[in-house]
This record gives sequence, C-alpha cells and structure tokens, in this order.
Amino acid sequence: MPAVSKGDGMRGLAVFISDIRNCKSKEAEIKRINKELANIRSKFKGDKALDGYSKKKYVCKLLFIFLLGHDIDFGHMEAVNLLSSNKYTEKQIGYLFISVLVNSNSELIRLINNAIKNDLSSRNPTFMCLALHCIANVGSREMAEAFAGEIPRILVAGDTMDSVKQSAALCLLRLYKTSPDLVMMGEWTSRVVHLLNDQHMGVVTAAISLITCLSQKNPDEFKTCVSLAVSRLSRIVSSASTDLQDYTYYFVPAPWLSCKLLRLLQCYPPPEDGAVKGRLVECLETILNKAQEPPKSKKVQHSNAKNAILFEAISLIIHYDSEPNLLVRACNQLGQFLQHRETNLRYLALESMCTLASSEFSHEAVKTHIETVINALKTERDVSVRQRAADLLYAMCDRSNAKQIVAEMLSYLETADYSIREEMVLKVAILAEKYAVDYSWYVDTILNLIRIAGDYVSEEVWYRVIQIVINRDDVQGYAAKTVFEALQAPACHENMVKVGGYILGEFGNLIAGDPRSSPLVQFNLLHSKFHLCSVPTRALLLSAYIKFINLFPETKATIQEVLRCDSQIRNSDVELQQRAVEYLKLSSIASTDVLATVLEEMPPFPERESSILAKLKKKKGPGAVSVTELEDNKREGGELNGASERGPEMAAVAASNASTPSPSADLLGIRSAAPIGGALTSAGSLLVDVFSEAAPTASSAAVNDDGFLRDLGQPNESSDSLLVESSGDLDAAPSSEDPAAPLSDADELLNKFVCKNNGVLFENQLLQIGIKSEYRQNLGRMYLFYGNKTSVQFASFSTTVSCPGELQGQLNVQTKPVEPLVEGGAQIQQVLNIECLTDFCDAPLLNIKFRYGGALQNLTLKLPVTINKFFQPTEMTSHDFFQRWKQLSQPQQEAQKIFKANNSMDTEVLKAKLLGLGTALLENIDPNPENYVCAGVIQTKSQQIGCLLRLEPNAQAQMYRLTLRCSKDSVSKRLCDLLAEQF
Amino acid sequence: MMLILTFSQMQFMLLFSRQGKLRLQKWYVPLSDKERKKISRDLVQTILARKPKMCSFLEWRDLKIVYKRYASLYFCCAVEDQDNELITLEIIHRYVELLDKYFGSVCELDIIFNFEKAYFILDEFLLGGEPQETSKKNVLKAIEQADLLQEEAEAPRSV
Repeated sequence: MPAVSKGDGMRGLAVFISDIRNCKSKEAEIKRINKELANIRSKFKGDKALDGYSKKKYVCKLLFIFLLGHDIDFGHMEAVNLLSSNKYTEKQIGYLFISVLVNSNSELIRLINNAIKNDLSSRNPTFMCLALHCIANVGSREMAEAFAGEIPRILVAGDTMDSVKQSAALCLLRLYKTSPDLVMMGEWTSRVVHLLNDQHMGVVTAAISLITCLSQKNPDEFKTCVSLAVSRLSRIVSSASTDLQDYTYYFVPAPWLSCKLLRLLQCYPPPEDGAVKGRLVECLETILNKAQEPPKSKKVQHSNAKNAILFEAISLIIHYDSEPNLLVRACNQLGQFLQHRETNLRYLALESMCTLASSEFSHEAVKTHIETVINALKTERDVSVRQRAADLLYAMCDRSNAKQIVAEMLSYLETADYSIREEMVLKVAILAEKYAVDYSWYVDTILNLIRIAGDYVSEEVWYRVIQIVINRDDVQGYAAKTVFEALQAPACHENMVKVGGYILGEFGNLIAGDPRSSPLVQFNLLHSKFHLCSVPTRALLLSAYIKFINLFPETKATIQEVLRCDSQIRNSDVELQQRAVEYLKLSSIASTDVLATVLEEMPPFPERESSILAKLKKKKGPGAVSVTELEDNKREGGELNGASERGPEMAAVAASNASTPSPSADLLGIRSAAPIGGALTSAGSLLVDVFSEAAPTASSAAVNDDGFLRDLGQPNESSDSLLVESSGDLDAAPSSEDPAAPLSDADELLNKFVCKNNGVLFENQLLQIGIKSEYRQNLGRMYLFYGNKTSVQFASFSTTVSCPGELQGQLNVQTKPVEPLVEGGAQIQQVLNIECLTDFCDAPLLNIKFRYGGALQNLTLKLPVTINKFFQPTEMTSHDFFQRWKQLSQPQQEAQKIFKANNSMDTEVLKAKLLGLGTALLENIDPNPENYVCAGVIQTKSQQIGCLLRLEPNAQAQMYRLTLRCSKDSVSKRLCDLLAEQF
Repeated sequence: MMLILTFSQMQFMLLFSRQGKLRLQKWYVPLSDKERKKISRDLVQTILARKPKMCSFLEWRDLKIVYKRYASLYFCCAVEDQDNELITLEIIHRYVELLDKYFGSVCELDIIFNFEKAYFILDEFLLGGEPQETSKKNVLKAIEQADLLQEEAEAPRSV
C-alpha cells in the first residue's frame, strides 16, 4: 500500500480502498463492497457502543462507497452523531457525509440543524466555518428557514474572524439563491456593501460574489457599490505585482477579485458621477495597455490570469456600449488574439468579437478581420473553434460582405460537422434573404443549400424560397430556369424536387418557349423523380401536374394518362388517391375557363417575419445574441400564425381541397377556407363579399390569409384591410374612401405594446410604422414614425386619430396633420399628445390613407394606448400590501384568470414584463417566492385608482393564475384581460 | 446594449482519470443522484474523446465546460454561459497547486486514498461554487490548523 495517507490516518479505510483497487472485475468489487456494508451495518447495530474514531472510519467508508456510485441507505444517524463530537476531525467527516449525502428526511434535518446551531454559537471559528460550509453545501430550504436570520448578523458583526466572514458571505449567497424570500438584507445592506472596502482581500473576494448577486436582484438598493467597486478596482489595477502579496497570482494582482469587480459593474449602467466614470475609464485603459506590455512570465497561468481580466473588461466595455474609443481598442486587441498560437485565446476572441459586431461603434472594426475569420473557419482543427468562427461571420455580416460570407459558409457546409449543419443552413438562408440585393442570387444560394445539405434544409427554408419567388415577379423566370437545371442532376434531394415541382407548376410557362425546356420536357423531368419521393412530395407533384394541364393544354393527354393509371387512382394512400381522382375529374369536366380560374397563379404571400428566423430563434446556443439583433432590425410585425407557418404545400393542399366539388370533411380540417385565389366558387360568404365589392382584385384580396382569424362579427373589413397587404395595383373600391375597419390583428398589435413603449407598430410591403411613447401621470406623448419602404412617393398621405364611442369622453388625443407627401425611402414623424380623463377600455384608432402608384391605400390600426400606461409605481411593505389587499375584498373589485403560459416562464422575462407594465414589482412580499406581486396607482384626470396585482406561475403545469384588485371594478377587469395575453 | 445577467456560478466540478473513473465530484446546484450520474457519464465521454491541443472550452448542453488535464487526471468545471472561461481555468490550476502543496507533488493516488482531504481543501478554496479564499497560504493554513487540532486530540496526553 502506498504511503499516501496524511493527517489523520485511518488505516482501515486505506486497506479497504486498496482492496477495492485490487479487484479484478466489477463483480469482485461489488462483492467486496457488500461484504464491507454488511460489516459496517453489524457494527452500527451491535450492542457495543462504537467509539468516535470507529464511527468516523465507518462513515468515511460509506462515503467512499457512495462516491464509487453505489447506493447508501444507512449510516446517516451515525454521521449526525459525529456532528456533536468535540473532536474536530470527527465533526469534519460528519459534515462531509451530510454535505454529500443530504437527505431531506425531516427528522434528520432537525437534528442536523441543531448541531449546526450549536457550532455557530460555539464562538470557535473552525467549528463555525465547518457549520457554514455545510449550510452552503446543502443549501436546503429548511436550512434557510433556520439560519437566514442569523448569518447576516455573523457576516457584519465587528468581532467575527475574517475566515468566518468569508464563509458567512458565501453561505448567505447560497441561501439567497435557494430561498430569496427568506434572506432579508434590509438593515444590513449598507454594511454588506462596505465589505468591498475590507482590509482583508479574502473577505472582499468572498463578499463580492454575494454583492453581485444581490445587486442583480435589487440594483437600486445596492447601487452605492458602484463607486466602491471602481475605487477598489483602480487600486488593484494600479498596484505593483508584489503589493498584494499572496493575492498576486503569477505576477497578476488579484485576478479573481478583478474579474468579479468588473462583473459587478456589468449589473449597472455607466456611472453617472463624472469622477467615478473617469476613474473607471482609466482602469479599463490600463487593462488594455497591460495587454500590450511584454509578459512578466512565460507561464501560461500568467497570461491566462491577465487575459481573464482583459476579457472581463471588454465585456464591460461592450455592456456600456458608449465609449467608441474603447470599443475599437477592444476590437483591435481581439484581432491580435485571432491569430494567437493559443487555441483558447482564438476561441475566446472569436466569441467576444461576436458581441462587438452588434455594436454600431465597433461593427466596422470587426469587419476588417473577415479574412482571418474565414481562414479560421477553414483551418481550425477544433470544431468548437470553427463553430465560433461561423457565429462571428454570421454576426459581422451586412450588405457589404454578404455575398462573400454566404459563399464561405456554403463551402464550409460541405464539410461541416453534422452537429452544426442544421444551424448553419438556417443562418445561410437568413443571411441570403436579409441581404439579397438581387433575388437571383438568393434563389441560387438556397438551391445550393439544398444541393449541399438537403437533409438539413428544414421546411421553413424551402417554404420561404417559394414565398419569396411568388412575391417577386422579377425573379420567377430565373427561378424556373434554375430549378429546371438543378433537377437535371440524376440524384437530387427531395427538397429540390419539392421546390422544383412547386415553381415549375407555377412558373414553368416562363421557360416553356425554349424547346429544351418545353412543357413535356418539364413534365417528364418532374415525373422521373416521382417514384423516388415520399407521399407529401408526390402529392405536391400531382398538384403541379394539374397546374401543367392548365398552363399547357398540350400536356393534358399525357398527364391524364398518368393520373388514370392504377398506381395513382388506386393508390393505397388516401391523399394521393383523392388528388389523382379529383384532378383527373377536374381536368376532364371543367371548361378551360373554369380550370384557369381554379388554378390561377398563387397570390403573393403577406410579408411577415421570416419563418426561418423563428426557427433559428428556437434553436438554443451561440449566435443567439445576433439572432435577437437581427430580429430587431427586421420587422417586428406579426405573430407567426400566418402564411409563414402555413407553407405553400398547405396552400396547395387547400387548393386541391377547394377545388373539390364535394366537401370532403378530412381536408376541410386544414383551415379549408384558405384563400388561394379568387375563384373559390364554393368557399362561402367571405369570398362572395370580395366578388361583390371588387371583383378584379379578388385574387390579390385573397392574399390576406388573416381572413379566417378574423372576428366574423365585423363584416366589411376583409376587402379594406386586404388592400393594404397586397402589393398595390389595385383600383380603389368605392367604399374605401371611408376609414378602413381596424386590421384584424390590431388587437394583437395592441397586446405587443402593453408592456413596452417603443417598437414597430405595423409593417407591410409598403409602409412601416414605428412608435415611441412616454407617459407621466395622466399625460402621454407618442411619436409615430411613418416610413415609406418603397422607392416611389406616397401621395395624399393623411392620418386621422379618433376615439370611437365612449372613449371620446375618456381619452383626449391631439395631433397636427402630417405632410401629404412621403418620398420613397423617407420617414415622417407625427406627435400625439394624450390625456387620460378617466379609465377606459378601448384603444384609439389611427387611420392612414395614401396613394401609392395611383391606388388608394387605406389602413386602420389600434394605437397602443392602454390603461396601464398611466400607472405610477407604488412601493410598499409586506404589511401594507396585505392590508390593502384585504381592503379591496369586494367580489367585483377582484378579477382573476387562470390561463396557460404562451411564452417563456423564465423569471427574468416575467420580471421585465411586469416592470414594463408600469407597476412596482415588490420583492419579499408573497410568502411563496415563486409568485410576483405588484402595486401601482393609475392616474387619470378625474381620479386615482389603486391597483394590486398578484401573478402565480405554476411551472410544472405551465399555467398562471393572475389576480387583480383595484379600487375601481372596471379597471380590475380590463387589466386582467390585457395582462392575460402577455405571459 | 443591456444584457440581462442571471446568477452565474460554477455548477459542478469533476475530477476523473484517463480511464474515465470519477475521483472527485462536487455539485453546486441541486440535482438528483440520477441526473448527476448521467451528467458525469456523458461529460467524461465527451472530454475523453477530445484530442490534446484542442481548446479547453466547449459548449455542452446549455453550459460551458472548462477543463484541463494534469498528468493522469482531468479537472473539469461547468460554468454558465456568461462566466469567464480563463479565470475558471485558473481556478482549476490554483486547486491543483493547493493539492500539490498539501500532499507534496500530488498524484492521483493521493486523491484516491485521501479523498476526504481533497474535499476539505476544495471547501476552503471554493464555497458554493464561488472563490472563498484565493490565497494559497491562507487556504493551507486553515487545513493545517485542522490537522494540528486532530493530532493534539489523538496524541496521548502527557503531563
């Protein structure tokens, strides 16, 4: 046996460990362990009382067995007994056992807590530390209940030893994370913050973790820590490497503490005090300067510690995003690291640059490193580094370099690791769409994607290319030609067949003039792929065939022959069989006119958020930041319920269905009223309206697939709001000089702005409306920005704000008329002054009219003015809160809803929303820490309305219960309705 | 640009041999025994499959793994996305230094036979996943004091 035992040698333990190590097989090991367990059990059960040493030895053996991965179901009591031993090592082993094998057996917890209590009050610092370590290791709620009151006292007491303070600080941190509701800092706050000034560096190091965590949760109460942290940091940064003695690590003074200080500062905006800010900027500059100095040691520990501080400083610089000079310096420093021989540094530089790319100040500087990053993508041997390089390329992409980056990413895809291909495909697709100047490049890129990584091209990607081709007639011919060529490959991916089938079915006529791609050649090409495809693709191809019959009468006989053959018309798949039968019938009995109407070209898809973006957002991981960034840049319009999810294939299914004379129930399930062209003669009253109002525009009108999401109680809105969505060559229908009825999704738009004041209110192909608003007391000011997205002037541009019905007496909105001309690409602004007279439910309406290329556009939106905008937050204590809660106990004062979570239930997200609501988010009020309570007063001209809110999430069930109590009944209900849509 | 920070801390630390045997495991977040076993198994496999000279950091599930090999032992920490990788790497190194100083040229066997000491040293250095005392001298003083206490207690009392 090696002589490795040190300190308290437990010979029996060493022998046992040796035995286990000598076991030749797993079976032998289990046998030896079972023998030992039996032995220990008999010792524990035996009549003879065990002495402390034996007890310690056996408990330690049990621990060893547990750590080998075996279950231990006894010995807890003996371990607890060790806690009350007055021999240090016995106590120590007892605590270790408890820490590792914590068991929420309530009887035991009571005993453990008792022992801890004794040690905490022993005034013996080593015992106190052991007890605190145990609490920090276990961190259970029971322990929080027992000790959360006591530990802050130990932490700040004048006579506490430094080592005990250190343990107490981190112990408290652990309890705060487990049970924030039980840790009341209140009176201790200032003394805890001042631990940053403690003479003992160890105390500062331990305390700062606690302070950082508390600052994140209660930034206002802890904000005095900013200036203290800056002066501490400044002292460390400017100290010589020997000043801090043992806290200097490989010539770097206090690296851990420095990193923590820089991290703490990231909880706050830049210091407002000029002197403090100046001092901090000086520190950051010093850190950047030091990175350029020659190393004081060749050891990697020296450079790691130095660079750890540097990266943390860069994070802070990025967080502030306000010092262009520092941002650019940071970027240059990272640029040097991109070519460093240490893989770790290259990895971190790529990662950190990704966030720099999204700052307007450093975006250009990041772009200068494009060649290095592309090179990294090609040559790095470690896939995780290549992944970082791909992320950075994605983040630094803009119009100027998109073609280069997309090309590099495509060629990387050919050899990329399987694990990251799908994400890469999405990113390429997004970049290609976002920066497409000419759409033929976009089409090429996507088809290349399918060719290179077809298996990883999700539905969203190929739906999107079809949506775009359909919406842009300038690219349709090119797309038809390109897919036709792509399909020539003997083995092409099924996704290519889908895109090909769809595009040729729609636009095959554009290339049919060339004898090399005559209708029959096109058909034969598509049909040659048919038998290798899955059922959904075959269904799509059948739809393409019937479109061919319409486009090219000369193919009719051939295609009918195909449809008629047994493998189609008697296909065992119901969907295929039905399509074959129906298409065959349709082609035989319908006149060419009817056929042409039924199979008219697909109307453009409404412009919505790219479905691919939504998909990438769902995927976790790197690049998440840049996705958010990208999303902000893009239109925020629209939920994802529209056309983007309902891909072209669905539309095709709907088309096939709609063309079915008999109502086939199974297919009707798929939103059968889908408007796929103006000729759905069987499709019900909605379309009858369309026909009666503006027959020539019917097919464009059908663009808006919001039709079936619309509240049917409001007739007449279909044609008007549709006008806006479509691309423009519309004759004004006679009625459209009147303000259009609100967009069907106006309420959704409204809901988006309940908890926020700024953003994009509306966007279609022509117009974007941005909004900024601010509120004070019962007054508000709203800035509307109308942007002309086209290159053509909008004429007769006018806007009207109205308060319908009883809103007139509740809200006063004033504004001046806007300029009647909006040049292409220009933006104009309008200011609204809003006064809340009394509480209200409805939203004011904004009607916009203008002429675009001669066609009148008429659009009505709801302005996001909701009652909660006039909240003043109210802070109150737990006692006050519950007293008022009880006072508002009349049944009509309370409104409650229980509903399913529609969004993330993440704490930070919820808090951000509740703060956005305008109320004060009150901490430590509700006995259940999972719950949120808020309080505020709604300010109206006539009265003030007190409101209390309580939101109880149930993460397991993904449900919420929301309760509001307000001094005015109608307000409770309105707020409850508004808020139920938010979570 | 305001990033929303969440609590960040070390989630766990694992020490394992080149053969994949766990030598020490310290969990700073509550997880069931089953989850712990699964995490250790998956992670050990992932890291052992990596080649030398590769980057010491990797993204794993929603965590960041920082690891380094010292002789026959791998030291591996899981931290959160926004945590500082390099300083975590140096946390590992400082722990190795502490073990080395205490045992005197530490080797894997020291940690196997004196696993409880390895835990005690770790607790003095890191508590709840955060650095408690980064001074080598102070950590070792605390541990040696404890050893001394024990020797006093076990030495036969002489007059």
